[in-house]
Amino acid sequence: MELFDIGILTSTIRLSTPLILCAIGGLYSERGGVVNIALEGLLLFGAFSAAVVAYYTGNPWLGLLAGAVTGVFIAFLHGLVSITFLGDQIVSGMGINILALGVPAVFSGAFFNTPSSTPSIEKILPSLNIPVIEDIPLLGEILSGYTVPVYLSYAAVIITYFVLFYTIFGLRLRAVGENPKAAESLGVNVIRYKYYGVLLSGLLAGIGGAFLSVGHGTQFIKNMSAGRGYIALAALIFGKWHPFKTLLACLIFGFADALQMRLQGVIGIPVQFIQMIPYILTILVIVGFIGKAVPPAASGVPYRKG
Amino acid sequence: MIIKFLKNNFALIASFLASLILSGIIILLLGENPFRIFGIFISSAFGSWNNIAYTLFFATPLIFTGLSVAVCFRCGLFNIGAEGQLYMGAFACAYVGFTFADFPGYLLIPLSILFSIGAGGFIGLIPGYLKAKTGAHEVIVTIMLNFIAIGFTGYFVSGPFKNPGDLIPQTQLISESAHIPKIGELFGILGIKSSIPLNFSFIIAVFICLLVYFIFKYTTFGYEIKAVGLNKKAASASGINVNRIIILTFVLGGAIAGLVGVNEVMGYRYRFLDGFSAGYGYLGIAVALLGRNHPAGVFISAVIFGAVMRGGLLVDVYSDKISKDFVYIIQGILILFVVSGELWNKFRIQIDAEKQR
Repeated sequence: MELFDIGILTSTIRLSTPLILCAIGGLYSERGGVVNIALEGLLLFGAFSAAVVAYYTGNPWLGLLAGAVTGVFIAFLHGLVSITFLGDQIVSGMGINILALGVPAVFSGAFFNTPSSTPSIEKILPSLNIPVIEDIPLLGEILSGYTVPVYLSYAAVIITYFVLFYTIFGLRLRAVGENPKAAESLGVNVIRYKYYGVLLSGLLAGIGGAFLSVGHGTQFIKNMSAGRGYIALAALIFGKWHPFKTLLACLIFGFADALQMRLQGVIGIPVQFIQMIPYILTILVIVGFIGKAVPPAASGVPYRKG
Repeated sequence: MIIKFLKNNFALIASFLASLILSGIIILLLGENPFRIFGIFISSAFGSWNNIAYTLFFATPLIFTGLSVAVCFRCGLFNIGAEGQLYMGAFACAYVGFTFADFPGYLLIPLSILFSIGAGGFIGLIPGYLKAKTGAHEVIVTIMLNFIAIGFTGYFVSGPFKNPGDLIPQTQLISESAHIPKIGELFGILGIKSSIPLNFSFIIAVFICLLVYFIFKYTTFGYEIKAVGLNKKAASASGINVNRIIILTFVLGGAIAGLVGVNEVMGYRYRFLDGFSAGYGYLGIAVALLGRNHPAGVFISAVIFGAVMRGGLLVDVYSDKISKDFVYIIQGILILFVVSGELWNKFRIQIDAEKQR
């Protein structure tokens, strides 16, 4: 078997998609000063609700919508606890992640009598070809023929770059994450902007979750996110909270994932070591070996008004 | 005195009741009778000495991880790394147990315990050292280290140390001389069956609770930890070597988390099994939070979480509508309520305001 071929590139792109959506979501939240380790839970909630809705309605698009809406709702919960009630953001995120282990399992047990998965969905999101590009040899094969969330993830990166650095919304969001007191003194509604950031993270992570269950896969499987929310968090840090660098980090980590799957049982490098790459790189960058990663100054600090 | 206790712990008690009510509503939505389900929870967790023994068995790892998180919290450090620390501790424990199989028990048991502590402490050293030397945020480092530590143990147990012939990734059995006794064997009087996995590590857990209490109450080290936790600058100005305390606290936290291996390997399964932890490290955060980082509080909240885990197993058996994963829902709800400090403060302010009128 060839080790490097087009297959590994396309699967890199597929495997990076939930990472990109999650990490860009996390970027909004953290730029607004709210640490979001609930990304893992948001993925699971999004994946589960998408699978359930797609199964009952037979429409994967409604599933995608359900994933997004559920993501926003669960993120709102994170906002409520950590912004309004000034709870610790890490603990709140952890609570949501633990909840995400229980809710899908219990409810799929109640709906379908199978706690570890939902029934397989007949119609998943269709793969779309991009006109013109699909006809280019080689490149067409790599760039075209994916489901909507894949394209959406790249759109999200580009849009986020402009929103963050070229709009008033982005300026205010960053101000809130860096120095909320100063932002407030300029008339920015700090609490509201923090909520915007957190809800956007829920929206994108929810779509990422839906991609897992109704785009990439055909059902919800217990713990199917398999730590991707945490890898997205790692990518966000590795990308230094910048959209394009975060995208690059997601692609690197997605490639590691694709490689790991390809190598399973093929050559002598244990898969566990390849799976570790994102985490080791992140520690190196947080320590300052590969350029220093400095988080938004006020992230993690509950904001008390006045 | 009771009123004072209720007043001081208003938020905790209110969270507890709110979680109970919300869980009850969810049970109702799932088509079960909440009172019947809670009845099963309580009777299966506390209904007899044997049931209590099961509850304490589930509580034991949570006491260790809860204390691990609490000790670091006192120093202003957030240890999310207990999960990785306990995996390393457990693997090291098993490694000693099957490698030095011909050692006599009086040597092998302390050696295995020491390796659990040492391996956990070593994994704890890394975030502590990085925090002290580079300022790297311990939350991110410990999250990443969890995956790295679990990856390493996963590799060991599916590669070089896999028990040949087994389908699942696990090590060979440890030497019998490294087994620690079951509580049922130690205290026959209570009539606890020796088939119940509650073992000597529970007594170690109680001892560590007392030790942590002693450290904070009576030693300079404990005082220095608290001083650094309250105010790093002031601690430094008063001559405390802040970096040294940060590193030592993390090592202590990691070492305590590593002791989970003693329960798992020497007292229960007698081998290292990949993926054995039911998220004990993460639950330790909730246990510490609910126990207000006090050893006695940690003990009590670990027993509560242990009871929920034990009860969940039997609810799974006696109800066809509610699976054992319901436990995660209860735990998640409880965590979210407990951490919502300001929610309860608002309540309290309102109650006080009404009294004034």
